[in-house]
Amino acid sequence: MKLDFEHIPAGHCENGVISSLLKYHGLNLSEAMIFGIGSGYFFAYMPFVKVNGIPLASFRPVPGMIFSRAAKRLGIKMKKQTFRKQPKRAMDELDKTLEKKLPVGVQTGVYHLTYFPPAYRFHFNAHNLTVYGKEDGVYHISDPVMEYPTTLTYKELKKARFAKGPLSPNGKMYYPISIPEELDLKPAIIKGIKQTCDWMLTIPVPLFGVKGIRYLSKRVRKWPDKLGPRKAASYLAQLVRMLEEIGTGGAGFRFIYAAFLQEASEVMDDQRYFELSKEMTKIGDKWRNFSSLAAQTCKGRSSDPDGYNTVANLMLEIADDEERFFTELKKMVK
Amino acid sequence: MEKDKVPQDEGITGGVTREVQYAVDKDGKYVKTFSKGWEAKNIVNELAWEDIQDMVHEADEKIKAGKASPIMHFMAKNQMDINLLADYVELSKWKVKRHLKPKGFRKLKQEQLVNYAKVFNISTDELINFKPE
Repeated sequence: MKLDFEHIPAGHCENGVISSLLKYHGLNLSEAMIFGIGSGYFFAYMPFVKVNGIPLASFRPVPGMIFSRAAKRLGIKMKKQTFRKQPKRAMDELDKTLEKKLPVGVQTGVYHLTYFPPAYRFHFNAHNLTVYGKEDGVYHISDPVMEYPTTLTYKELKKARFAKGPLSPNGKMYYPISIPEELDLKPAIIKGIKQTCDWMLTIPVPLFGVKGIRYLSKRVRKWPDKLGPRKAASYLAQLVRMLEEIGTGGAGFRFIYAAFLQEASEVMDDQRYFELSKEMTKIGDKWRNFSSLAAQTCKGRSSDPDGYNTVANLMLEIADDEERFFTELKKMVK
Repeated sequence: MEKDKVPQDEGITGGVTREVQYAVDKDGKYVKTFSKGWEAKNIVNELAWEDIQDMVHEADEKIKAGKASPIMHFMAKNQMDINLLADYVELSKWKVKRHLKPKGFRKLKQEQLVNYAKVFNISTDELINFKPE
């Protein structure tokens, strides 16, 4: 059985899955719109959380948060289930739900997704995809990060749903159960924007928002000296990977946010959002420039501090830009 | 970024897929467009794999010196640390630590070897007979 489900490639897995699940149920909301309403734009530097032994820098809030905020603001209800240490039950429940002609979002570990290019396959457990059918023990998979739909065997999917380690999915699956007949996007957009402005500007901890970017800039400068050339390069490389790898739509979600502002401009019938979208594009372009320079600095693992200083300076410039941007945006939604 | 400037460098996507990138078209409107890849991403991804190779190499040196068991090689190869491996084999960390030593490894029962081999996606023979190059 294979449901009539449209595979929509997306920039980001979580919002991509939700967007296409909602579309199946007749609601057209773009990935960018969900991202914006769910206040997906963020920056956090968390030296106490380590990924591959390297402190985590993130350009978005924790997995699951973007959608749960958007759902609340839009009045969409989801059924969510997890199955701790019960893989068989998790698979049975998935089958039962598919039988009811409902495509299902599931959380998986990237490491076990055999259809990915080998270079993608790291231990990251908050990757989302949609299961939309099962034929002869093989599941039809719509993974928004992939260009085309794909498949996984029963065994592979079970393994991916029960990946271990940080953010382990425990078989998590979800699907919409109630979608309001009439959606008023305007108040949801305003709420989403307000929260993004607050999170970027006012969290009183120096690790988050624009302050976090400045803080990390200081650290980056010290890396070659403190860590030595080899490790410093690994740290900087991971920062670029957080900005660009497996689903950010480019520039650490900054371009998706610019796309959201354009859509918001139409919904709100307010040209100012369109103008701000252009500013956001410039910020995104700067992050791309950052990635490009940073990659050149990592390449060959040179110990030359100039490369690190250059990208650290660029981070300060971007922090100023983002601060100006969100101060302006905050005034608009007051 | 403008749509026609979206990089199309071959690399980590390995011809398997293309990635969505948001960019503006000639009317300044945002569209989703596909990118085969970007050189900057290739460089940083390559570095991450180099780090894994380093870990494998380090493990192999320890095995050669008789200081570690074959489990250390496969742990590194599978990008795992002790915490993650302990999660996968469903044993306590201190037990895994013991099995990482040659002495502890020799004492492993058949079923425990099967358990490790399964997690590493290899046969028990491959695990027991592993010799670093």
